Amino acid sequence: MAETIKFELNGKKVEIPLEKGQTLLWALRNNFNMTGTKYGCGEGYCGACTVIIDGEAVRSCGITMDDVAEKKITTIEGLSVTGKLHPLQQAFVDHDALQCGFCTPGMIMNAYGLLLKTPHPTRKQIIEGMEDNLCRCGAHTRILEAIESASKVLKV
Amino acid sequence: MKDNKYYRDEVPENNPTFEVDRRDFVKLLGGGLFIYFQLGEFLVGVAAEAEQRRSVPTDYNAFLHIGEDGTVTCLIGKIEMGQGIITSFPQMIADELDTPLESVKMVMGDTELCPYDAGTWGSLSTRVLGPAMLVAVAEARAVLLSLGAEYLEVAPEDLAVENGVIFIKSKKNKKVSFGQLTKGKKIEKYLEVKPKAKDYSEYKIRGKSFKHADGIVKVKGEAMYSGDFRMPGMLYAKILRPPSHGATLISADTSEAEKMEGITIARNKELVAVLHRDIEKAEAALFKVKAEYKFDEMKVDDQTVFKRMLEFPSEARVVKSSGDIATGKSSSDLIFESEFHNSYVAHAAIETHTALGFMEGDKVVVRASTQTPFGTQDGIARELGLGLDKVRVIPPFLGGGFGGKTMFRQAIEAARLTKITGKPIMVLWTRKECFFYDNFRPAAVIKITSGTDKSGKISLWDYHEYFAGARGSDTIYDVPNAKTTSYSARDIHPFLTGAWRAPGNNTNTFARESQIDMMASKTGVDPLDFRLKNLKDERMIGVLKAVADLFGWTPAKSPSGRGYGIACGFDAGSYVAHIAEVKVDQTTGKIQVVRVACAQDMGYCINPEGSIIQMEGCITMGMGYALTEEVKFTGGDIHTANFGTYQLPQFSWVPKIQTKILEKNEAPQGGGEPAIICMGGVLANAVFDACGARLYQLPMTPERVLGAIAKVK
Repeated sequence: MAETIKFELNGKKVEIPLEKGQTLLWALRNNFNMTGTKYGCGEGYCGACTVIIDGEAVRSCGITMDDVAEKKITTIEGLSVTGKLHPLQQAFVDHDALQCGFCTPGMIMNAYGLLLKTPHPTRKQIIEGMEDNLCRCGAHTRILEAIESASKVLKV
Repeated sequence: MKDNKYYRDEVPENNPTFEVDRRDFVKLLGGGLFIYFQLGEFLVGVAAEAEQRRSVPTDYNAFLHIGEDGTVTCLIGKIEMGQGIITSFPQMIADELDTPLESVKMVMGDTELCPYDAGTWGSLSTRVLGPAMLVAVAEARAVLLSLGAEYLEVAPEDLAVENGVIFIKSKKNKKVSFGQLTKGKKIEKYLEVKPKAKDYSEYKIRGKSFKHADGIVKVKGEAMYSGDFRMPGMLYAKILRPPSHGATLISADTSEAEKMEGITIARNKELVAVLHRDIEKAEAALFKVKAEYKFDEMKVDDQTVFKRMLEFPSEARVVKSSGDIATGKSSSDLIFESEFHNSYVAHAAIETHTALGFMEGDKVVVRASTQTPFGTQDGIARELGLGLDKVRVIPPFLGGGFGGKTMFRQAIEAARLTKITGKPIMVLWTRKECFFYDNFRPAAVIKITSGTDKSGKISLWDYHEYFAGARGSDTIYDVPNAKTTSYSARDIHPFLTGAWRAPGNNTNTFARESQIDMMASKTGVDPLDFRLKNLKDERMIGVLKAVADLFGWTPAKSPSGRGYGIACGFDAGSYVAHIAEVKVDQTTGKIQVVRVACAQDMGYCINPEGSIIQMEGCITMGMGYALTEEVKFTGGDIHTANFGTYQLPQFSWVPKIQTKILEKNEAPQGGGEPAIICMGGVLANAVFDACGARLYQLPMTPERVLGAIAKVK
């Protein structure tokens, strides 16, 4: 019998066959059709594939499925649990903190990971926390403002 | 920036209607008002720029449809890649038609539904397509008014329109909606006599700021990009790539790859692909393909390319000439000779080139990340030997373009593979493939000989542009003896080059504004005063004064030690001027940009906040080509393969950004590119002002900065 891997995805217990070498990024995109998590560089440089694993922002392109057993994973699709936009998502909309939108899910998830650890970060802490997420359109200023304003209303 | 009170609190429920399939379209065709339009005359300039392989269509295209429920559907051949026309076009349409913004839906870029368009580039959507579209909208409004007059039994002059409802001016309760008028009817109007669109004074929705219409789907991760579609039986293709440009495949042994479970191989001439439903399995199998190549590479690299450019047999073309260069030389008190270099840079959109091909009967359909769906359709049809009616290209959202997605190799690959296999095929390039096949902004050399007379006026300007592209090579300053020569040749580059956000203009503005700064410094004049003294164009003077005001400029001779730089330029119909403040670490050579102010005159601005976002994006992206971005290569071997060796601007770089859009009641101009053109020049001039070191090459890496500082000491 094929080995399976069990974990929690956006609050639901899930199980998929273990495919050797499969990364979390492609499991999410292909096995679960959760395409909000993006491929941008495949080597951990850009952050477009960022998800939360056990409270930590992680690049899903560098995580193989055998590493996620029994872990809790949150993706952009699972960020809002109320049906309304999550305060971070709302802040990105309010600040127009995006252009093409391709890096946006990764930006939001990385910011979420940052706020889980540091609920009220200074501007400097936000910059440091977001430094390695790349945006080509140049929405940086607004992304920083969005995270700052979300941190003021967000109860983590 | 216009008053924030106009800023909408709620994002309109204006979800992009990318996914209109033909059944829906047939349903659309069932009723309502259609405005057909001949696009030809509006596309002449665009087609010339695009070197399109098909002639500009002269037939009529459905362009605007007003449905039985009052929904206004605008079909355009443009695409949305973050530049924001999905927000600003509905503003223009709703305003012209007097219908609620929420009632306007956009259908973009689908080659089967939308009128032909050469491509989304050159900041052309608003300034070139916009006026054409507004005439169609004005016609629709006139037709609706005449229908309304019939219905309400009054003359059209007695009617007014608000929010998609026509009413009698003197009796507001006597009214009829657009939807009621078009219900059960199919009215087709062929626009020939062009009605006059509204005057600026009548604008209500234009000129106000609206948030991105696609913001909500994007923050939820629901916006669909090419790689996000799934189809039954879909296979990922990983394609064998040569190690370098100039390498030709001799043989490929796929036997080891074929042994892997679930792998199939597709071969067609030079195209060798491994297919698997799992992209990572396909990737692993590709590693097992053994290939042999023969090499015929150019002897050039990122260091020697500039010498090659000057020595290469190229064709010289005089772009502009006035007065006489010899007279200019003899009348000059001071002569300045400089040579500027600019490097190859990549587009590096975060979404890599992606395409999903599938068969629909005998038709090839491709969902592709492309800035030119119709060009892509042409390319696929040509490659596969099919008629245009057998190829459909549907562009979903694009994860950035910047000129890089005017190239559609990945879409042709997906089309070929789907034609061979009959299966849905997803081609999603790796970052390395994206760098390898990028149409880089060309490296370039600019040589300038200029002079000033005793009164401090520019008396000579002899400008030679090698391979940058002529856009932005104009003098812009008022010089009696000026000549601009552009040099080009085939086969100068070992790989593909092409349009990169404001093509040509980044290099030309860097060189020109650096040279101007040198003349100002040498003649002991404040660099703002020097520019104002040598300019005649009132709009250029206007943006310079505006940016000086915004920044709080105080005159000083450069280098002042303050680290202030200034630059101005013209692109896509718009005028821009920038002032930057930098700090230069003289021991490490690192430049920190502290503040950038930018004033822009873009004619009438449709969506001020949207335009400011573009300006901020230009400033931020522009720091990359100014400071770090440079493609490294030896012959056709591209060493730059991922972001580890190609540094994009990051959060810690971001300066304080100040923007101002001048309020003008003049034709709207481009907004996606202009504000990027000054970034090289303004930062180079700020570095000079900080430490007296003049940088002649972009990017201004720490090594180059230290080198320039060493020359001063």
